[in-house]
Amino acid sequence: MSIQEDVEALKRIPLFAKVEPAKLKLMAFASERAHYQPGDILFNQGDSADAAYIMLSGAADILVETPGGPLKVATVGPGAFVGEIGILCDVPRTATIRATEATNTLKITKELFFRMVTDFPSIGIEVMRVLAQRIEHMNVQLREAVAARK
Amino acid sequence: MEPNLFKYIWRHSRRDQVIILVIVVASLLIYLVSLELPKRIVNDAIQGGAFENSTTADFLNIALPLPDWLGGPIPLFGGFQLPQMEYLFALCFSYLFFVVLNGWMKQLVNTEKGRLGERMLRRLRFELYDRVLQFPLLHFRKVKQAEIATMIKDEVEPLGGFIGDAFITPAYLGGMAATALIFIFMQNVYMGLVTVAMLAVQMTVIPKLRVKILQLGKQRQITARQLAGRIAETVDGAVEIHAHGTSNFERADIVSRLGKIFHIRFELYKRKFLVKYINNMLAQTTPFLYFVIGGYFALKGQFDVGTLLAVISAYKDLPSPIKELIDWDQQRQDVQIKYDQVIEQFSPPGMMAPEMQAVVSDARLAPAPLLVQRVTFIDESGGRAVEEASLELAPGEHLAVVGSNNSGKEALAALIGRLVAPAGGKIMYGDADLASLPEFVTGRRFAYIGEETYLLPLSLADNLLYSLKHYPVRPRDLKDRALTRFEHERHETRRAGNPDLDIHADWLDLEGAGVGDLDGLEKRLGDLLNLVELSDDVYQFGLRGRLDPASADNDGARLAELFLQAREAMRGRLAQPSLSILVEPFDPERYNRNMTIAENVMFGTALKPALSAESLGDNAHFAATLKTSGIDGDLMQLGAKIAETMVELFADLPPGHPFFDQFSFISAEDLPQYQQLVTRLQRSGIDDASELDQRRLIALTFPYIEARHRLGLIDDALEARLLAARRTFRERLPRHLVDAVEFYDPARYNAAASVQDNILFGRLVYGQAQAAQKVGTVLSEVIETLGLKPRVIAVGLGYNVGAAGKKLSITQRQKVGLIRALLKRPQLVILNNTVSAFDEPSQRRLISQIRADLQDAALICVTNMPGLARAFDRVAVMQDGRIAEIGKPAELDRPESRFRALAEVSA
Repeated sequence: MSIQEDVEALKRIPLFAKVEPAKLKLMAFASERAHYQPGDILFNQGDSADAAYIMLSGAADILVETPGGPLKVATVGPGAFVGEIGILCDVPRTATIRATEATNTLKITKELFFRMVTDFPSIGIEVMRVLAQRIEHMNVQLREAVAARK
Repeated sequence: MEPNLFKYIWRHSRRDQVIILVIVVASLLIYLVSLELPKRIVNDAIQGGAFENSTTADFLNIALPLPDWLGGPIPLFGGFQLPQMEYLFALCFSYLFFVVLNGWMKQLVNTEKGRLGERMLRRLRFELYDRVLQFPLLHFRKVKQAEIATMIKDEVEPLGGFIGDAFITPAYLGGMAATALIFIFMQNVYMGLVTVAMLAVQMTVIPKLRVKILQLGKQRQITARQLAGRIAETVDGAVEIHAHGTSNFERADIVSRLGKIFHIRFELYKRKFLVKYINNMLAQTTPFLYFVIGGYFALKGQFDVGTLLAVISAYKDLPSPIKELIDWDQQRQDVQIKYDQVIEQFSPPGMMAPEMQAVVSDARLAPAPLLVQRVTFIDESGGRAVEEASLELAPGEHLAVVGSNNSGKEALAALIGRLVAPAGGKIMYGDADLASLPEFVTGRRFAYIGEETYLLPLSLADNLLYSLKHYPVRPRDLKDRALTRFEHERHETRRAGNPDLDIHADWLDLEGAGVGDLDGLEKRLGDLLNLVELSDDVYQFGLRGRLDPASADNDGARLAELFLQAREAMRGRLAQPSLSILVEPFDPERYNRNMTIAENVMFGTALKPALSAESLGDNAHFAATLKTSGIDGDLMQLGAKIAETMVELFADLPPGHPFFDQFSFISAEDLPQYQQLVTRLQRSGIDDASELDQRRLIALTFPYIEARHRLGLIDDALEARLLAARRTFRERLPRHLVDAVEFYDPARYNAAASVQDNILFGRLVYGQAQAAQKVGTVLSEVIETLGLKPRVIAVGLGYNVGAAGKKLSITQRQKVGLIRALLKRPQLVILNNTVSAFDEPSQRRLISQIRADLQDAALICVTNMPGLARAFDRVAVMQDGRIAEIGKPAELDRPESRFRALAEVSA
């Protein structure tokens, strides 16, 4: 698959939708393509975090270790940006991600990610927006959970 | 060592010196004869002096010239009667014969002198090195290795040249000078006296002037040696210098030293020429006196002019031997000083007796209890590190020694390990004083392992087997000419006073290692590698290591064959769908999308810099290949696209941005040039581009990997053309490049590539997650199934550990030290903080494994982890140099005990 296709795929991801194509191309060029087969682990909970992944195709489960064994908390598909918490907060992986289908990702190293954010603030703003949305989403979930308890 | 150089030389080269002297005398006689002959040729043969009374003359009429009062000459050979012409020729050819003979003898003398000198130099160097081996261990803290090396290497070198001349030169020159002097005396006694007087002045004044020169020479030698020492320190301490930024301080130090050396050398130079000047003056004033005195007598009529001329011409022959004699004398003093200097440095107190290291036939030592009796040790600062310590260790008993940092436990182990000598008390092994046991025996029967293990810059195997090399166990198996040469060599070795220990003999003491043959040794080594958990590391070295199929050392050809089988098996495994996407095998008939364009064309490993990735662009054959296969045009197009993309991607980035280094094909400095190039191309097209531009574009494509860079530049048609270029490159390879590249050939082992790459024989595919781990697992499985793991380990044992083992980690070095010690199956082992670099669980594991291997041996284990001591037979707790507690761990492990206190602190 060529870099042009990667750029097309990146454009479809909301996080990068507003970024100029030339910058996406540089990002695609500087990042590594990583292909996973069903059952392959992208990373394990507790690993040190060195990269984030943009899913170009396929699907993967997000699993969290619990005393009762791994618990699936979500499924992600094309366009998802995963593993960003680890590199943003410099903490070990908070979950395990396992491919459930043949999955194509772009692996963005920590260094590259911060470079892109500093060099192209528009990406930083997009990241902020996505994270804020995620917090909002979690707050909603929390409210629902609290309400359900009562 | 003999303090007087002359006595030393005479003692070791008496015979040779006498033989050479005899040859010198003989050659002088021949010289005299050859001087006599021209006169006879002119007077007797040409002017006919011998033919005044007859038509023939005697030739070769040899008689013993006895004076008349002894009965007159005794005829030895009647000779021939020859007519004048034949007589002339006979004399002329005799002259030629003597000249040639004389030359040949001179050559003989010089050769013999050279041999003698070199032999003595060899002896001296060996003796010095031998003494280094006998230095007491503490002395090594005081000496600098560079200085020792300089002395053995450089400073004794002039001695070799001098030794050949030591006796011969004064004898020869003295003889010549004496002859000339006697001749002058025979002409005129007064003239003789004048000459003697002048010579006396010359021979007393000059040496006086030279005293200072000799002193300066000594200083020069010492300062130069210290300079060598300082330079070595700079090299050793390079890390500290850079860490503290003290390079200018070092510069200042060297500047001051060089200044000192400059002054010494210049002073020396000035004085040397002053002496030369005075010497010449004196030599040339003598003829002045001849003219004055001789002239005076001649005018008075007491002297004829002919005699005066004869004296002057005889004197002309005199100064040169005298001068050379004085020179010789200076050289003598010079080398004597050098010799004194060196000898002094090599005679520290407490040298080991040579018998302690001598090879003895029986190195057995019955296991006996070790008795440490009231031993005291005073360290270099004068502190009493060990004070009246006593303990007893039965054969097979394992004792742990614990204590705080300054408790003296390390010093106690060093005492038992014989690294240092006790100031009081005794250490006995059975009935024998430990200090009296020869090193040849203790080295084989005992093992001391400290914190640091010194490794030689050789292979891992050489380092591991080092402890088995005590004496040449089996001589070399030599036949015919090799045997003759070996014996000749051995004869010379003995003549130089070197021991005839053959480095090429088999030194491996298999019996000492408790194995029957080399296979047994290999197995034992494998077991020990497992025991100290070093196998995996060595296995990795083996995978990444190279194998030379041509080497007979480890049966290279067979091993290569086995690894080729593994390659075959690997290919079978990689054919599975889940794995086939991870590796793209090397196939001469297919383009490899995971290799660069340049690699695809060359399709082999570069063995010489001419074909390395950096210089490939400049290689004429590579360029010609691209041209003849007609793909240079394609590559230019491709290069243009790459340039365009790079300019597009990187133009906005500031220079110095890390992306340039990491990802760009073009450096930040070159980018503007390429920007212009791209603009030029857009205007006028590639065909009109300059040759330089075209070459630049082609070179830009070399590192391009389709699978990695993903610019979608290489289609099927281009692949086919690149494959054609690959064929051309190989077919037309010029002769001078034949051994510069090893092509990827599925049926051939590639000696330039690692074992791993040979088995894999392909490239990992880019963009396949965890391909390296998955393929690595498969590779290990293949090696395991074929039973090749020990073979790979064997290759790994060939890994060179680097200077002082710096290519190994500290824990790996400690493990090598352990194996080395265990391999010789010692009966007493001292571990002095040996595994300190490991974490606690590893230490615990290692110690218990080692103890299992040493079931029959006595063990003293000094450790900083009292917790480890609980498993031992007994524990000694040291405090302030004394043994505070000793007993079974269970006995000591009670409240209020020192052992408990220590264990709690460290836990």
